[in-house]
Amino acid sequence: MDWTFLQETFVSLISAVPLTLLLAVNAIAFGAVLAVGIAVARFSAIAPLRWLAQAYVFVFRGTPLLVQLFIIYYGLSQFPAIRHSPLWPILREPYWCAVLALALNTAAYASEIVRGGLLSVPFGQIEAARACGMSRFMIFRRITLPLGVRQALPGYGNEMISMVKATSLASIITLMEVTGVAARIISESYRAIEVFVVAGAIYLTINFLLTRLVQLVEFRLSPHLRQPVAVLPAIIEGEAH
Amino acid sequence: MSSPASSVAPVAISVRDIHKSFGPIEVLKGISLDAREGEVVSILGSSGSGKSTLLRCINMLETPDRGAVTVAGETIEMLAAGNGKSRPRDRAQVDRIRSRLGMVFQSFNLWSHKTVLENVIEAPIHVQKRPRAECIEEAEALLAKVGIAAKRNHYPAHLSGGQQQRAAIARALAMRPAVMLFDEPTSALDPELVGEVLRVMRALAEEGRTMLVVTHEMGFARDVSSRVIFLHQGQIEEDGRPDEVFGNAKSERFRRFIKA
Repeated sequence: MDWTFLQETFVSLISAVPLTLLLAVNAIAFGAVLAVGIAVARFSAIAPLRWLAQAYVFVFRGTPLLVQLFIIYYGLSQFPAIRHSPLWPILREPYWCAVLALALNTAAYASEIVRGGLLSVPFGQIEAARACGMSRFMIFRRITLPLGVRQALPGYGNEMISMVKATSLASIITLMEVTGVAARIISESYRAIEVFVVAGAIYLTINFLLTRLVQLVEFRLSPHLRQPVAVLPAIIEGEAH
Repeated sequence: MSSPASSVAPVAISVRDIHKSFGPIEVLKGISLDAREGEVVSILGSSGSGKSTLLRCINMLETPDRGAVTVAGETIEMLAAGNGKSRPRDRAQVDRIRSRLGMVFQSFNLWSHKTVLENVIEAPIHVQKRPRAECIEEAEALLAKVGIAAKRNHYPAHLSGGQQQRAAIARALAMRPAVMLFDEPTSALDPELVGEVLRVMRALAEEGRTMLVVTHEMGFARDVSSRVIFLHQGQIEEDGRPDEVFGNAKSERFRRFIKA
């Protein structure tokens, strides 16, 4: 076992972690916003909006992420309208192409997860909000979304893990994130096993931390589903002042 | 409570000629009723008689096909929606009128992700835009009144059915409603928990709240309400003071109903 080589590889790959994280965080953040919009569109009273959302999910869930990435990275520059648009300085960057492809892709999957969560909200609780005189938007913001998100979180955790791993595809469009750097080291050293094992361990660590983070958020958001032991100190505290 | 004074009190809620069908089934066939301020109207009827639908038409949880609802002098404006049905003209007006009606459901419908206190202050803060501190103070007084002050930081899932229903009553009261609507508030409760909810409702009646109560509790209808209405197949079949209605019912069907 060549410990020195492993150590050097590890140091090189670690320096690429920020780019991997940046890709994942941006894709997940943009994707989540888009996902909620698509999920809401699926419930819209306006039929064309529903069809549009359905078609979106169909297309982005039914084609490979790599193909989507290629279409965005190589394909968009074919259109003069895009080359001359104010968005071109962003769209010609491989980084933003990768974020865009990842976000559009995760939004399709996540919108179905969010839709399931929203569907699980008991109708009586929505009706109670209506009976209080809340507007439709307020009901969504205060009741439906918070309850739906709680329900969707375990499934959404899966999707976030998928996204972290999917960032490795960005290496194909020249981005030097963890997999990209790993591939470069291999092409110089021809030591595929060691390098990929280290890269794999790095993804595993990121996803381990991500899983714990999701668990923590889930725990914080669900005191109503646990036995009320944790509530006792709060009552005593409440009684005191 | 059925003193002459109540018959001159202003009308708090007025329902005119409400019709409602679900598909081919006509559930309400032209119901009209007025409740004056301070009146407690019990609405009785066998299942399927339309009593819950009537209550739900009042705050537009069900849209009546025809008819008018007036709350504290303001009539909900309806539009013809083609197909012989109607719909509210202005959603904001419906929201505003709903905030003047406190609704208590059979299945409580507390918001499960909020504590009891958060449930009670939610609408006063976000719908009525009242100051938070004032809302909390009032909510705590209401929770004390319904006897669950100690549970204010508990979540609904950690309360008994009777406690949940009392929390739901406090939530409805927190809106300072003109009229309270109760939709079979004790029907989902274990028998030993019914009493605690009825006691709260009786106390509300005694302080002069205007209440429409859809119920199967004959004792409550007889002893607490100032008026009893008996619905049968979507029409009002009895309407009068409880002593009149229970003592000397005009309809044979109602006599059979109370015997059963």
